[in-house]
Amino acid sequence: MNQSINLKVNGTNHEIEVPAQRLLVDCLRYDLGLTGTKEGCSVGVCGACTVLVNGEMSASCLTLAAAVDGAEITTIEGLAQDGRLHPVQQSFIDHGGFQCGICTPGQVMAAKALLDVNPNPTEQEIREWMMGNLCRCTGYYKILESIVKAIGPTQEARK
Amino acid sequence: MIEFELHSPNSLAEAFSLLETYGEDARVMAGGTALVLQMKQRLAQPGHVISLRRVGGLNRIEESANGSAGLKIGALCAQQQVATSPLVKTKLPLVAETYQHVATPRIRYMASVGGGLVHGDPSQDPPPSLIALGASLTLTSASGQRVVSMEDFLIDYYETDVQPGEILTDIFIPSAPAGSGAAYLKFLPRTADDYATVAVAAVVTPGPGNVCQDVRIALGAVGTTAIHATQAEEILLGRPLTEENIRAASASVKDVVDPLDDYRGSADYKREMAEVFTRRAIQQALANAGR
Ligand SMILES: Cc1cc2nc3c(=O)[nH]c(=O)nc-3n(C[C@H](O)[C@H](O)[C@H](O)COP(=O)(O)OP(=O)(O)OC[C@H]3O[C@@H](n4cnc5c(N)ncnc54)[C@H](O)[C@@H]3O)c2cc1C
Repeated sequence: MNQSINLKVNGTNHEIEVPAQRLLVDCLRYDLGLTGTKEGCSVGVCGACTVLVNGEMSASCLTLAAAVDGAEITTIEGLAQDGRLHPVQQSFIDHGGFQCGICTPGQVMAAKALLDVNPNPTEQEIREWMMGNLCRCTGYYKILESIVKAIGPTQEARK
Repeated sequence: MIEFELHSPNSLAEAFSLLETYGEDARVMAGGTALVLQMKQRLAQPGHVISLRRVGGLNRIEESANGSAGLKIGALCAQQQVATSPLVKTKLPLVAETYQHVATPRIRYMASVGGGLVHGDPSQDPPPSLIALGASLTLTSASGQRVVSMEDFLIDYYETDVQPGEILTDIFIPSAPAGSGAAYLKFLPRTADDYATVAVAAVVTPGPGNVCQDVRIALGAVGTTAIHATQAEEILLGRPLTEENIRAASASVKDVVDPLDDYRGSADYKREMAEVFTRRAIQQALANAGR
């Protein structure tokens, strides 16, 4: 049985008809055409499907779209503002924070979520936070470096 | 994924009436991290899922008002909320630390305290620490409330004491005894985001002459539920906390654990590690008591 739900995705309101079992990741990709969010493991481990639900990190592969009816969702497509990339996105480009790229949207969303709650994390805090985002190319050093550098010139990562 | 109908009641009363209407065919959902996974894998096939997300008043952490010192934690609190709460860090540091060990930050933001306890996977982190602190759970139904201790709540592999029509509404965790020290050790030989291979929580109170005045020890991931190691406690209680006595107490857990062979290690290996980590947890708890 379909339900009508409202999601505010990257600032735009959408009214969508979904069956109860529709996962948020599928709703974003297939109902809204926002294919930046990737599905990796489908069991909440890999982090590729990371989006923000009301500002908090979520695994969209374990979230029922209808259960977050009314929520504000931020996906990788929503990070750039007025054609300018988010500092985390820019930093991943500047510092080679990706190889094949499949995990990148999830990495960037997780890093943004970290800087939202902790604008000046230590390297250890970054490692602990990011441990739930796997990179099968194993480009972890560059990902870490990208996040450290994204903290900005005024705030360097505390050692 | 199976097909089902989703209900999002706005109050506990509405949730109870939905539970009454759909009975065995209904499942309550909090964060959904366990239930959605089980539905994807067809391990759970409810016709009706009752989401508690809109039910208010169950996501508070507060000092208990009932006279006994401790914290009352609403069942819908996110596990990340408990892991980072200044109140929990100050009043019950063992609890904040234990929740910091659960999965990854993303799962902790989604998963609730209540869902985590009802799920009943013996490898979960919170139960050993909650047993060691003597926590109790409040189950509420349309006809009233009942309180169950953490250890009695755990019945078997994925089986917990939630009766038809009941919802876990909050947990109460008493403050650790004055002068005590506590530790939770999660043995992770594989990756940092894994479930424990063996986990041990210990709360120890050394008294005058280094005599053990009070001790609580519980283990996770080495049986069908978390295990309260009462034999080990009896060996220590009223005796000096010497290396020898601590070793004897730790050795005794090998007789009560019943681990499985799996990709985290053989049953024999886990049994050995249960002893080793019990010893380390007691020692760490004692070191923390000095602070
Ligand atoms: C990738 C991954 C890694 C994990 N790693 C760890 C780990 O390292 N350590 C660890 O401890 N756990 C770990 N977990 C398990 C995690 O702790 C549970 O999935 C989570 O705690 C369940 O909480 P939830 O709110 O999402 O529950 P849900 O999935 O919503 O519900 C779980 C169960 O509880 C019932 N339920 C929920 N709330 C209530 C309530 N208030 N009253 C009555 N019944 C209720 C549901 O019907 C269901 O049976 C991991 C999970 C995932 C997905």
